This record gives sequence, C-alpha cells and structure tokens, in this order.
Amino acid sequence: MENIKNLILNTVPEAVIEDKKVLTVTVESDKLHHLAKTLRYNAEFPFDFLVQLTGVDRGELLGVNYLLSSSKNVSVEILLKTNTADRVNPLLYTVTDLWETADFNEREVYALLGIRFINHPDMRKFFLNQDWRGYPLRKDYDADPALNPVSVESKDMVDTAPRIYETPQGLKEEVIKIFEDDDYIINIGPQHPSTHGVMHFRVALEGEIVKKIDVHSGYIHRGIEKLSENLTYPQILHFTDRLDYLSSNINRHGLCMCVEKAAEIEIPERAQYIRTIMDELNRIDSHLIAWGTLCMDLGGTTAFIYGMRERERILDIFEKTSGGRLIINYNVVGGVMFDIYPDFQKDIKAFIIEMRERLKEYDKLVTGNPIIVGRLKGIGILSKEDAISYAVTGPAGRASGFACDLRIHHPYALYNKVTFKEVIRHEGDSFSRYLNRLDEIEQSLQILEQLVDNIPDGDFLAKVKAIIKLPEGEYSQRVEAARGEFGVFIESRGDKTPYRLKFRSPSMALVSAMPTLCAGEKLSDLIGIGGSMDYVIPDIDR
Amino acid sequence: MLELSRLTALIDSLLRETWGLSEFWVLFIEFVLVGVALLTAYAVLALILIYVERKITGFFQCRLGPNRVGKYGVVQSVADMVKILLKEIIHVDNVDKFLFYAAPFFMIVASMLTFGAIPFGRGLQAVDFNIGVFYIVAVSSLGIIGVLLAGWSSNNKYSMIGAMRSGAQFISYELSAGFALITMVVLSGSMQFSTIIESQTYCWNLFNGHIASVIAFIIYLISGHAETNRGPFDLPEAESELTAGYHTEYSGLQFGFFYLAEYLNMFIIAAIATTVFLGGWMPIQLKGFDGFNEVMNYIPSYIWFFGKAGCLVFLSLWVRWTFPRLRIDQLLNLEWKYLLPINMFNLLLMVIIVLAGLTLEDIFPSIFKFIAE
Repeated sequence: MENIKNLILNTVPEAVIEDKKVLTVTVESDKLHHLAKTLRYNAEFPFDFLVQLTGVDRGELLGVNYLLSSSKNVSVEILLKTNTADRVNPLLYTVTDLWETADFNEREVYALLGIRFINHPDMRKFFLNQDWRGYPLRKDYDADPALNPVSVESKDMVDTAPRIYETPQGLKEEVIKIFEDDDYIINIGPQHPSTHGVMHFRVALEGEIVKKIDVHSGYIHRGIEKLSENLTYPQILHFTDRLDYLSSNINRHGLCMCVEKAAEIEIPERAQYIRTIMDELNRIDSHLIAWGTLCMDLGGTTAFIYGMRERERILDIFEKTSGGRLIINYNVVGGVMFDIYPDFQKDIKAFIIEMRERLKEYDKLVTGNPIIVGRLKGIGILSKEDAISYAVTGPAGRASGFACDLRIHHPYALYNKVTFKEVIRHEGDSFSRYLNRLDEIEQSLQILEQLVDNIPDGDFLAKVKAIIKLPEGEYSQRVEAARGEFGVFIESRGDKTPYRLKFRSPSMALVSAMPTLCAGEKLSDLIGIGGSMDYVIPDIDR
Repeated sequence: MLELSRLTALIDSLLRETWGLSEFWVLFIEFVLVGVALLTAYAVLALILIYVERKITGFFQCRLGPNRVGKYGVVQSVADMVKILLKEIIHVDNVDKFLFYAAPFFMIVASMLTFGAIPFGRGLQAVDFNIGVFYIVAVSSLGIIGVLLAGWSSNNKYSMIGAMRSGAQFISYELSAGFALITMVVLSGSMQFSTIIESQTYCWNLFNGHIASVIAFIIYLISGHAETNRGPFDLPEAESELTAGYHTEYSGLQFGFFYLAEYLNMFIIAAIATTVFLGGWMPIQLKGFDGFNEVMNYIPSYIWFFGKAGCLVFLSLWVRWTFPRLRIDQLLNLEWKYLLPINMFNLLLMVIIVLAGLTLEDIFPSIFKFIAE
C-alpha cells in the first residue's frame, strides 16, 4: 500500500489521500485520467479491474467515484474521487480507454447525473430516453410527471450518438452514426424469447454473421437507487431481491452486511450459518436456471425442464424456511427473519444426494452431446484481458481465467471456514462458461455438506434498534453473487436513509462484453453466447 | 376380415351393380369419396399426432402433458383445433397480400398431394403411380415454395432469415432424401409403391440390401427429419433466435395450416420410410410358415402400416426432444460434406450389391425370395 501511495503522490503530488478502510484518493478532474492511467498500467501492481463507477451529487459538486481493484488480488481496493463544480454543463474525462466497463457506467452517470465524459465514444444516455428532462439522481431533480409524460406513441429508433472530444483547438461536439447506411439491422428484443428479459440488441447482420451490436437497456429501469434515497435501510432491503431475482438472497446478504458493518452490528453465529447455506442454495438454484436456459436457447427444451425440476427442490426448501420461493425476503439487518424449520438439515442432505445424481444425468444428456459441444466450444471467446477490462466476474469471468471469486479472495460470512475450490478455466469460450456453472454447483454442494451439520444453537437474529442510522461516511460491501460480483456502496450523512446508494450489477458487465464477444459470430451464436453469459435484465436496469 | 379394401369393394359394387350407374358417375362419386376420406384422414391424423407428441414429450420431460380436456386430455387437440379455427386472422400491413395469403396453401397442398399417394393398406391407396417414388419426391418439395413465399412476403426480417435458412436446408436435404430413395429404387427395381411393397413380402428392403440399405435408411431418416423442419433441424423456426421464423406474422387458421403441414410432413416422412424400407402395410411373413402368416394376415394391413410408421414417428419425437438445435453452417456441413458423399458412394455400393447378386434374396432365395404369382 505504501508503494501505491508513493506512486500516486509521484504522479499527482496534489492528490488528497485519506487512509480510511479503503484508501481514498481525491484528485482534480483534469489530473484524474493521468492518475488512472498510471495506476492501471503500473508494472508492480496494475489496477486493471474497475469494480464500481459511481456518480454522486455531492451538493455543490458533482463527482464520480472509481473503485479500483486488481486482477492480481481482487481484495485490494482504491477509491478514486473526482469532482466538477460546473452543474450546468459538467464535463469530466472518460476512462473508457483504460477500462472498457466504464463505457456503460459513464453513460449511466450521464443519464442519471448529467455529467458528460470527454472522449467517450458514444455519449448517449443509458437507461433513459434521449429526451428525458432532468437528471434523476441529482438532489435538485424535479420528479413532476408533467415534465416527462408517458409517451403512448411509437418512436423510431435513432441510431446516432453524440460525443464530445478533445482536439488541440479545444473541445468539439459531433454526432456519429452507429451503423452504416446499408446495414441490415434486426432487433433482438425487447420482446424476444432469448434475451432473458427486456433487453434490446440492435444487431447489424451480414448474412447470418453478426457485424455489430448496439445495446439498448432500461426498458424496466425502476430507479431503485433514487427510490432508496427516501427509504430507510430495512425498506431498501426489499429492492435487492428484485435486482437479480435469481440470486436474490445473495444480493440481500450483501446489503445487510454493508449496513451491519456500518452500524457495527454483530451477527449471531447461527445466522451466519443459515445465511451462507441459503446463499449457496440460491447459487445452485441460479446456476440450474442458467444451465437450463442455455440449453433452451440452443433448442434443447428437455434440459430446461430437467433444470427446473431440481430447482423445485431448492424452492421447496426456501418455501418451508421463509414462505417465499423466488424472492424470499429472508435476510434482515442483524440476521435472518425466521429460524430454520426442524427438517431443514434433512432436506438439504437429501437434496445434496439427489443433485449429485442429477449432475451425472446432465452430463449424459447435454455435456457430451456433439451438437452442444459444436455449438459452444470455441464460440464467443472472451480473453482474460477483456474479461478484466469489461469487469466480467462470476462463472463467466472465471471461465476466462480471471480469479475473481470473492468467497475465496475476499471472504465474508463463513466462507473462510469452509474449503472449496475456485473453479477456473482458461479457454474463455461458451463451453467453459457452461462447464464452470456445473462445477460450481458441485463446489456449492461441498460447502453445504460442510455447513449443514454444524449449525450452532443460539439466536438467529441480533437485537437491532428499530430505526437504523448509519454514521456519516462511505461504506461498501462486495459479495459473490451467482452471476459475479455484486457490490453495494452507501454514502451516509448520518440519517436513517442513505445519501447515495449504488448497486454494482454483475449483469451489466456481462452485457457490456456482448458486442465484443459476438462480433463475427453467427446470429445463432449470439443467442448461445448470451445464454452462456447468463445476464439477468432487472439487475442491469436497477 | 377387417380390411378396409372390402369396404371399398362393397361401395364400388353398390354403385355399379345395385344402382347400375354409368362408368362416369361411378368414378365421379368414388373420386369425391376418396377426396373427402383423404381430407378427413389428413385432419384427424394431424390431431392425433399433435396429441401424441404433446403426451410423449410430457413423459420425456417428466411432465404430465395435456390432462384437462377429456380423459387423459384426449380431446385437447380437438379443443385446440376449434380454438385455431375461431381465432382472428390478424391482417398485417405492408405485406405482399397475394403471396402472403397464398403461402400457407402451397404448404398444405404440397403435403396433401404427397399424402394422397401413400399406400395406407392393402388396396388403400388413392393413386398407384408407376412412378410413385418419383412423384412423392417431386410434390413434397413444392412445400418449400410456401415457406419461401411466407418469409418473403411477410416483410419481416426474422421471417426473411427463417425462410432463407429453410430454403438452403430444404433443398440440401431434399438431395439426400432423394438419393436415399433412389438407392432403394435400385434395390426394388421399381418406382411403383405396390410393387415395392409386394417385393418385400418375405424380406424388408432394410434387410434385403443389408449394409447399403441400412446406410440409406439412416440417411433418409436424418434428411427426412431435416426436411420437416423439426428436432435438431428446426432452424427455420428457431424460436429462441427468430421467434417463429418464416411464420412469425401468421395468425389464426393460416398459422394453423403451417402447423398442420409440419405435423403431417413428419408423418409422411415416416410413412415413406415405412413403405420403402420396412415393407409398408405388408404383415410380417415367413416363407413356409403358413400358419404364422395366416395369423399375421389376420391383423389388418393398415394397422401394420400405422404401427410401423408410428414407431418411426416416435423415433423422430425422441430425437427432437433430446437434441439441441444445430447452427446453419453445421447443418449444411453435415449435408454437403458428409451425407451427400456417403450417399453417392452408397448408391454405387447398392448397384454393385444388386448386380453382383449379393442381396439377401439372392443369397438365400429359399427363405426370402418372393415370386409374384
């Protein structure tokens, strides 16, 4: 860390370094790109992994936080901050050239806070319509519905993008075309069987070959981050389940941990066990869906039903524990909402045995199938560099050789007490992503085996004050959700509501890699690759 | 005993002798009756196939399948048919109206024409051409015109891609299916279905031509499967890619036509394979075992036919619900790089087998040889 501090001070001497839990560095906006580049490319410990890019309205200033980490050790974090005082026409420099994942994130910041990024290749609003009035995440946003009435008329898609870039003569603005004039463009989505939600790809085709993809997102954007600013922490918990609804429990665990860490609440041991077990069940559940839908996308409907059949066992356990099946609302600040039911352990043990059998069946039915191998192997190759640059984590990132399993590298809950392997493959193709998920199911079963017999007696819920106020400061928590790293960032000003709350969505990174992955592949493979990346749309459209 | 040919003979004699109608009116009435019977059989078969497929798929997928309408859901497909008949046909703007509405008819007419030439049982065949095999190959390939027209006239990019895929796929696999049939024609020495079936009395063509026949049979099943746009070859529809491919814009009865034709084509492929490879409606006969033959003959020939065809349909369902979909380049590779060369070699092999007298009938004439009386 000392080396890094020196490096920062050598590069930008006027940087303000604060030694909080996370090393926080504040720099002027014109120095940021230089510092970011130095950190990104320094030989000793390159910060090549942009975990989170958060726009914040700091009152007088508009700013952006960059949470950086490294593929060498994903537990090391640096928080870079920069600000601009111009609220009318705020401009910052882009870091898209350093981290590809910044592309969509900066567009999101533009849509929600109005900060434009110089040199960004495509400065359209993400999530919102281009003609949306106002910037929702600004504190002075006017939410009057009359300003942005619901349009009932169909609008034509406009495939042009504004951008602003730096020339020796100063800043220049221009509008670029996204597709060429004679491109054959088809819409995959927003209503399409294989986009796994309301995702919209504009795809330029050459015959069957994908030439270019343009991602449109935001059809179900609910403004959860904005809504959260007016709600108390226990109320916000419900939103987390509705982000990535397939790993709802893990998301909720993340937010609970963040609040508990900030409010310094001790969690009973029993609750930790239950939480970890439920997380792993949730992970298996999610991977089963991912497996099934991938097969479904490739046209194998039977496999999908098989996956759903085993998932039903997990949902039954969820239902008996919490009453919920998909969205179980189980974690609360301080522990879990209910105690486990008497046969909980028995059911899980039975499930483990059954699931092992089923995994063999899956291999027989699908994995060895020559059509499946032909459709997945060597298709949609994501190199390790790209995976890191696009911040693709989870099974997809690990299929490209990116060691990013936070359960191992940045353990939380009980993950440092159990032994399991991080499943890593290096091919980076759809097939290794597919295999990774099946292998992770097996690893999750092993974790369950180690925990299920040792659940200690005691409370399942710590005593928590009725109104939770977090002390002033910035808090973040990263957890390993089923699709990759899920992150929570809370900036508190001492109230019972957060000043700014940001969720890092793993699916957004997965989708942002899609244009690169699919260029030059066939249209059918676009669907297959999408299935192997396994994004969940509500997770993107927070 | 239970042969339907007795019924047809009865009707014929009724018209001719009892009522004493002239030749023209007899033929006229018989043609109308045959047409109505075929159309009815066509619709009923489709309904049965749809029910059977849904039920079997249900069991493959650990589900129950339809079980609400009627006992075990047997009336489900009838209810579906009524629904599809009553459904509104949504008129789409900016389509080429004439071609758009004509396309489903091409599809259904092609499969109807093929259906008419299939021998369902002893004497149960509408037309017994002396070029039956050739006729079936020719008319069944008319269906692709409907698919191409549907895709082209829909003014929809998904439909267009689906239709183009379908065109490429259909024409490629038609080649293989045709070659496989030609191989069998070489073995049978005839293109007439009745002759082909009769020659298989004691030895099915599948066994008679041994190696070459088995290869032809497998190739025919694969390419027939591909021609029906089902199973791992359903790229033209490819619901997860192209929503519904060439029939995306169709609704109501027009969609129903495509749907019907798809199911019937599946059956037609199985029926042709049965006729050419598995002895058609001919019951299992063993030379010299007259008692056994008598028992087998007691089972009506159409039961034999539908039984054999049913097994092949089941095989097709099994494949469809097990395998995921191929990609268009893999599909064309399979045809042009593997099936077609194998097929050409196989045809040559069959010619050698027949000329050199290496068929089972030639080697063991006392057991297998059928001599027409």
